[in-house]
Amino acid sequence: MVAPVKTLPHVSLVIAVWFGVLVAPFASNAGAGHPPERLADTGLFTAGATTEIAPDVLPFSPQYPLWSDGAAKRRWIRLPEGVAIDASDPDAWVFPVGTRLWKEFSMGRRVETRMIERRADGSWDFSAYVWDADGRGAVLVPADGIATLPVAAAPGGRYAIPSRHDCLACHEGATSPVLGFSALQLSPDRDPLAVHPETPPAGAVDLQALVERGLLVNLPGGLLETAPRINAATGEERAALGYLHGNCGHCHAAPGGSAAAVPVDARMAQRVGETDSAEQVRASLIDVASRYRPADAGADAVIVRPGDAAGSILHRRMATRDPRAQMPPLGTTAPDHEALSLIERWINQLP
Amino acid sequence: MKAHYTRIALAVAAAFGAVSSSSTALGDESADKVARGKYVVTTSGCNDCHTPWIMGPGGPEPDMSRMLSGHPQDVPITAPISLAGDPWIAAVSGTNTAWSGPWGVSFTANLTPDSETGLGKWTLRNFVDTIRTGRHMGRGREILPPMPIPMYKHFSDADLEAIYTYLQSIPAISNKVPEPLPPVQATAAN
Repeated sequence: MVAPVKTLPHVSLVIAVWFGVLVAPFASNAGAGHPPERLADTGLFTAGATTEIAPDVLPFSPQYPLWSDGAAKRRWIRLPEGVAIDASDPDAWVFPVGTRLWKEFSMGRRVETRMIERRADGSWDFSAYVWDADGRGAVLVPADGIATLPVAAAPGGRYAIPSRHDCLACHEGATSPVLGFSALQLSPDRDPLAVHPETPPAGAVDLQALVERGLLVNLPGGLLETAPRINAATGEERAALGYLHGNCGHCHAAPGGSAAAVPVDARMAQRVGETDSAEQVRASLIDVASRYRPADAGADAVIVRPGDAAGSILHRRMATRDPRAQMPPLGTTAPDHEALSLIERWINQLP
Repeated sequence: MKAHYTRIALAVAAAFGAVSSSSTALGDESADKVARGKYVVTTSGCNDCHTPWIMGPGGPEPDMSRMLSGHPQDVPITAPISLAGDPWIAAVSGTNTAWSGPWGVSFTANLTPDSETGLGKWTLRNFVDTIRTGRHMGRGREILPPMPIPMYKHFSDADLEAIYTYLQSIPAISNKVPEPLPPVQATAAN
């Protein structure tokens, strides 16, 4: 649906056309070829630095962060100059070619920084950079990742950097491969009961800031006046559904949202463009027969059994780290006990 | 004016002709994919493990009445076996659909298009991602031995699409394959 219509010397311009309607102009001078060998050359930092963030790089903080064995994270985005994100579909933002996002993982020290970038052909490139132990620099990780990296503060003293295939496993299941940077995640109406809440860093952009700065266009009316929020029965349910959205929704996407979403009916992704989104998620989980049915769970195993967290497949798979059964299936080696406690309370209070 | 109408009529006829011809081509293309998929599935040994075996007059043979429906749900297996060790590391059920080894017990999947127990809800993308990544449904747990992912991940896109198209065309069989079991030491630890 993105059709190149014109090319000028030095500046490549493409026009996005959606059924004949002009959506957004994209500018590109990036995205081709191999990612830089050094993180310092990706544009995240000011020239020659490894701590000072470049002035055109914007921090952000999702309200429902992904659990990664307790790693502390910082995140940034950089848009090419003069272009904006198209939010016509408020649940599947279209990012300009050349957009870069970074996420830094720390466990006692900086361990890795991941970067994704939209290429000129519209596809996304995923790369990871591993920091040296003294934090002086980070270099590109091979496509196969690093299965075992000695990191004292990691569970068992070992840290894994994902392969490119594993990057795709999470990022390509969703309606947009950019996770954690969306209308719900950047809503100014942040959830006070969210698990592992972060305080947005100075200068962090949220939904309102993006629109005011002209970095996000075509956001459907109403989503600024009434900030996106999960329409749950209780505050605890809001936080529980928010956690599932942030940690599970990229694979358990809404039906029809992505051909790469897992082919099961359990849905955990919220959509701000649907007023009954939370109800749809609840209806796909509560008292619904589980496709995953371990031998000791019985033939009547359900994903969420109201009043019985221990008897709910959702809780069971979140609690185990048996690699044949754990959820999420990759990216963690330790269960998220704070989240389990929230999910327990939510399920046990369900009528 | 008459010529004008004639040109329009010809254009419309040509368009219908094009559609008709295109539909035929699409039908042929789909049939070609099914045929190619059947050939690849048959010659790549998919029936060896995904079709339950029975004892026939000439020895064990695949039960094609349950073609590609995976480990039968009515053949319960509740625990892995312990083998004496070298040189034996794995054992297989009489149906050739359950394998016990250092990874635990793996059960072959139902590849028929049954919507609840097979691939009925899978997209082509789900199927391609599964074979390319070696992850269940393309995004989940790692697929266990003896599924030859290290070899099959090299199938061409065209062959994977043909396999998927063929598998979606075969009779759907409702058969709920069990979840894999942990290995002996993990069972003890749990």
